[in-house]
Amino acid sequence: MQLSREDLLKAFERMCLIREFEDAVHEEFSAGNIPGFVHLYAGEEASGVGVCMHLDDRDNIASTHRGHGHCIAKGVDVAGMMPEIFGKKTGLCGGKGGSMHIADLGKGMMGANGIVGGGPPLVCGAALTAKTLKTGGVAVAFVGDGASNQGTTLESFNLARVWNLPVIFVIEDNGYAESTASSWSVSGSQTERAKGFGMPATEVDGHDFFAVWEAAREAIERARAGEGPSLIHVRLKRYYGHFEGDAQTYKGANENEETRANKDCLMLFRRRVGEAGLLEGEELDAVERSAKQRVEQCLLQAKAADMPTEADLLTDVYVSY
Amino acid sequence: MPKKTYRQAINEALRQEMERDPRVVLMGEDVAGGYGAPGEDDAWGGPLGVTKGLMPIFGRDRVLDTPITEGAFIGAAAGAAATGLRPVAELMFVDFMGVCFDQIFNQAAKFRYMFGGKAVTPLVIRTMYGAGFRAASQHSQCLYPLFTHIPGLKVVLPSNAYEAKGLLIQAIRDDDPVVFFEHKAMYDEEADVPDEAYAIPFGEANVTREGDDVTVITMGRMVNYANQVADKLDKEGIGVTVVDLRTTSPLDRETVLETASETGRVVVVDEAHPRCGMAADIAALVGQECFGSLKAPVRMVTAPHSPVPFSPALEDIYVPGPDRIEAAVRATLDNAVARAAE
Ligand SMILES: Cc1ncc(C[n+]2csc(CCOP(=O)(O)OP(=O)(O)O)c2C)c(N)n1
Repeated sequence: MQLSREDLLKAFERMCLIREFEDAVHEEFSAGNIPGFVHLYAGEEASGVGVCMHLDDRDNIASTHRGHGHCIAKGVDVAGMMPEIFGKKTGLCGGKGGSMHIADLGKGMMGANGIVGGGPPLVCGAALTAKTLKTGGVAVAFVGDGASNQGTTLESFNLARVWNLPVIFVIEDNGYAESTASSWSVSGSQTERAKGFGMPATEVDGHDFFAVWEAAREAIERARAGEGPSLIHVRLKRYYGHFEGDAQTYKGANENEETRANKDCLMLFRRRVGEAGLLEGEELDAVERSAKQRVEQCLLQAKAADMPTEADLLTDVYVSY
Repeated sequence: MPKKTYRQAINEALRQEMERDPRVVLMGEDVAGGYGAPGEDDAWGGPLGVTKGLMPIFGRDRVLDTPITEGAFIGAAAGAAATGLRPVAELMFVDFMGVCFDQIFNQAAKFRYMFGGKAVTPLVIRTMYGAGFRAASQHSQCLYPLFTHIPGLKVVLPSNAYEAKGLLIQAIRDDDPVVFFEHKAMYDEEADVPDEAYAIPFGEANVTREGDDVTVITMGRMVNYANQVADKLDKEGIGVTVVDLRTTSPLDRETVLETASETGRVVVVDEAHPRCGMAADIAALVGQECFGSLKAPVRMVTAPHSPVPFSPALEDIYVPGPDRIEAAVRATLDNAVARAAE
């Protein structure tokens, strides 16, 4: 399988949309307009998009606390995401979930998650559904390096293998869990761990969309063919703090700047498609501009939207309450 | 007396107990922070900076950063406690009990009983609770009723900085497993806190206001709201007694029953959900033991039976506040009046 022109444009569009979205949320949070805890995905776009380009609405993903990028990569509409992050009634979850619980089940996005390691078991369940109902679907767990140490994650590796589930574990290793380095906190290697469970595993440069895309293609094809789970260890960096407000003093001097200058996934994508003569710089500029406009537009709408009211407080606790 | 924040008081209690007893060790995610990273060591001191500054004093052998693996490190703390250390483990948000509860309630809590009184488990679990932070459903819960339900655990809810220091020191010196609940919205609140170490005994409630008309029984952050209401109503000539339970386990039954009988009108305020919670527990106790002296039904002020919502518009009406406490106190008085008129 090859990436068509349309695919390339779509991938770039989603990556730009994530970057614009996260930069806008960063600005709005700094201005005091967004409540609560917000964890941004900027810098990691090639991972979510590289994987989700192979997925459609029958496939499910489970995300993490850093979930905006996974939503957009999976095709969730930013027009519903932004008001959710502002706590508005028009948000995807009616303002009840916020950034950390943003979800769109219709799109196969099973939610950002406030519990580190919350996603992998859920994804085993989604894969079980797909397998039992023969939907042809697969399920992907995005897992941080920190979350890779959680019992729920390691137990899910085993369950996915022994039940031979169509699961892909994507370990997004951005070097840190909060302020703790993954080089310290993770014993052994991610790929060797996976192999210990009998799962095929590869390591890729997560700033390189094409590398992620290729690794995901293999793993997802395997899952769709009934050959069970795989693991992809994606190495990348996040541009912002662990959460908004994190002073990031644990990072190296100029670490963010150097990554932005040398490893930015949008820049690398542009270079690659330019060198291969696949897309024109102007086409890419246009995509970037329209992503920016799209985010500006949904930001305006989100700000103007109404808050939920007391009548909403006790709805949705049960199917009927 | 020097003013200190709730955060400083907790930090000071930890430091003083670590100085006093080399068996006291801290562990948790980013309790120092920056481990293995190229930048600042001790970069975090926990997500809200409560333990910052301790690692440089005591070193990484006694301030242990952990991977994100609560089941393993909370369990390790329990095992270490049973074999000679006195660990203070940080469960960052109490909501995360879901991934490690077995080690707390099936292991640590039951060692002493199951082993016929032979084990001591001087374990402290510090944890953050409570709503008001826009932290949504998985980072805002109270959950202390779940721990209070378990025999063998002690459950502590300090209501201000003074209480936090004295109760934490007691928790560290106590030989049973203690779960110490810190309200995340209180870390910057100040109180007079002595420099020297002091311990506040468990199971001794603190009567923070005395009045003749209504008794408000509560704990943790809600104590401050109850005090505000008592001060306001005092100006109207309504006397409100406020009881700060300090520990929900052990429970100071004596003070509860005495203050309830004195006024005959009781409001129990609990930030947790209403079902099977502390409010219901205290109300049942008062109903059973003080029936003869009650002049009105016991009232409960709690959060509703729903997860904590994210939206500020919803969270603000979710958390019990002074208005609801005041209304309940007044309703208790109205009830009494209505009954007297019958
Ligand atoms: C069970 C649980 N433990 C701890 C936390 C607090 N916490 C939130 S995010 C985080 C770090 C996660 O690191 P990682 O998995 O590497 O993801 P990243 O933030 O780097 O994307 C921690 C410790 C939590 N939310 N849930």
